[in-house]
Amino acid sequence: MTITATRPVLEARNVRKSFGHVEVLKGIDLEVRTGETVVVLGPSGSGKSTFLRCINLLESVDGGRILVDGNDVGYEVVDERLHELHPNEVARRRRDIGMVFQQFNLFPHMTVLENIIEGPVGVRGEKKQVAIERAKRLLEQVGLAHREDSYPRQLSGGQQQRVAIARALAMEPKLMLFDEPTSALDPELVGEVLKTMEELANEGLTMVVVTHEISFAREAADRVVFMDGGVIVEQGTPDQVIDNPQHERTRAFLARFL
Amino acid sequence: MTAHPVQNEASARPAAAPGPDISEARRRRHPGRWVAALVVAVLLAQLVNMLVTNENFGWSVVAQWLTAESIMRGLGVTLLLTVIAMVIGIVLGVLLAVCRISGNPLLRSVAGGYIWFFRGTPTLVQLIFFYNLSALLPTISFGIPFGPEFITLNTNSIITPMLAAILGLGLNEGAYMAEIVRGGLLSVDSGQREAGAAIGMTNARIMRRIVLPQAMRFIVPPTGNQVISMVKATALVSVIALSDLLYTAQAIYNRTFETIPMLIVACIWYLIVTSILYVAQSFIERHYNRGSRHQTTGFLDFLKIRPRASLPAVMEGPTG
Repeated sequence: MTITATRPVLEARNVRKSFGHVEVLKGIDLEVRTGETVVVLGPSGSGKSTFLRCINLLESVDGGRILVDGNDVGYEVVDERLHELHPNEVARRRRDIGMVFQQFNLFPHMTVLENIIEGPVGVRGEKKQVAIERAKRLLEQVGLAHREDSYPRQLSGGQQQRVAIARALAMEPKLMLFDEPTSALDPELVGEVLKTMEELANEGLTMVVVTHEISFAREAADRVVFMDGGVIVEQGTPDQVIDNPQHERTRAFLARFL
Repeated sequence: MTAHPVQNEASARPAAAPGPDISEARRRRHPGRWVAALVVAVLLAQLVNMLVTNENFGWSVVAQWLTAESIMRGLGVTLLLTVIAMVIGIVLGVLLAVCRISGNPLLRSVAGGYIWFFRGTPTLVQLIFFYNLSALLPTISFGIPFGPEFITLNTNSIITPMLAAILGLGLNEGAYMAEIVRGGLLSVDSGQREAGAAIGMTNARIMRRIVLPQAMRFIVPPTGNQVISMVKATALVSVIALSDLLYTAQAIYNRTFETIPMLIVACIWYLIVTSILYVAQSFIERHYNRGSRHQTTGFLDFLKIRPRASLPAVMEGPTG
């Protein structure tokens, strides 16, 4: 897996975030380049999910700066100063950032097809026929061809998560965020979702994945980032971080998976 | 010695297990139910006896007035008032509920204050208050606040009993509907909003396309209850001399002194209207509960006396 392009899709600089008096992000610096797959590992409460949610502003950021494709998601620069954007403009900028949630969060009152075309048709104003064609291709890609008329509750967890991936891909995002996409799944269903994600990584989708699946990190990641206590402890290739961790906290964390 | 062969036989053919079997168990007797049935039967007989023999019920008067034109007009006013007050209540309720959960702290507290006031004072008092609004505000003007006035109206001439009733019942209902709608909106998982936001939907679109359709399941059934309550609450407007069903019946018995028969006429019509609404509501609830395992009781279920199934259906396996 060689990284051809070098333009950063995501630039996070000194990102800080507190919930009340608890500082959960103590200055995160991370760059993700086009086509790169970055896996974020770390114990519960290390701030990795919060950081991911800060990227598309589902959580507000207290300090630092996050640029996606060169733009601040929630702000614009006027006279060298950031100005908060109107929520509708924030919504417009979120279109380029796909997100897959731990709990799938499919819309239960819509069919699989309606879930997938809601963004392209309703938000981006695409022609319905064009969106349906792409939705069917995406369903085929995630291994769920001909399930477009099912309702989410008729699908298994693994199938629901793959629909959720198709829904995010339908917006043709420049960056995909995965927030523990397999943590809510039964063990036997984890594999099918990870396989889909690996295929996407191999096709050159830019992805940031928060997960506990060490094997996925080893197989699919270009870079592994280990977070603990609201800071990035160490990062590098899967070989470096997983097989030869330099930091004591990384070693202690990984020891639990052996 | 003898235990062994029996055990072997049992493990080979489990159907022929020895000893007592639950399927042949003697059912428990319920002597208390027979006593209760006897007591109810005696009371019921007394009731029927009273209804038939007590001439003060004036059944002939009831029959004479039941479909009289004035009563029908009163019923029409009651129904019209119910519909208008509920429409105002629902529209106001949705607006207040959206304000209550909005990010704007001023809107939140204004809506909270409104709900606090209208739920905290009796509907009857509110009705009388609106009816006597002219005592507080002799004229109502439209114009620039603290500036010139364009139109000035005499309060007494615009606040008719009908308008006072619509204001009193509708504004009051808005406060209750707001809490029902808010409960429905909060019942939708926050992950749904986040999923909508993540594909770039605006807040208004998330509300319209994602949250409200899912909240309807929790909003519609209690709204049906509110409609039924409203039919009966309209009887309060008789205190401000609006000729609804009750006021019409009162007007007649004030003339003829046939108080009980006229109240029975009113009760019969209230029962007919609420019964129709109960049936409609049970259909609506069934519609919104599709797919969920919760069973709603039908309208006439209170009339049915039937033995509870003694064995759960799960036990009827394919081998049994």
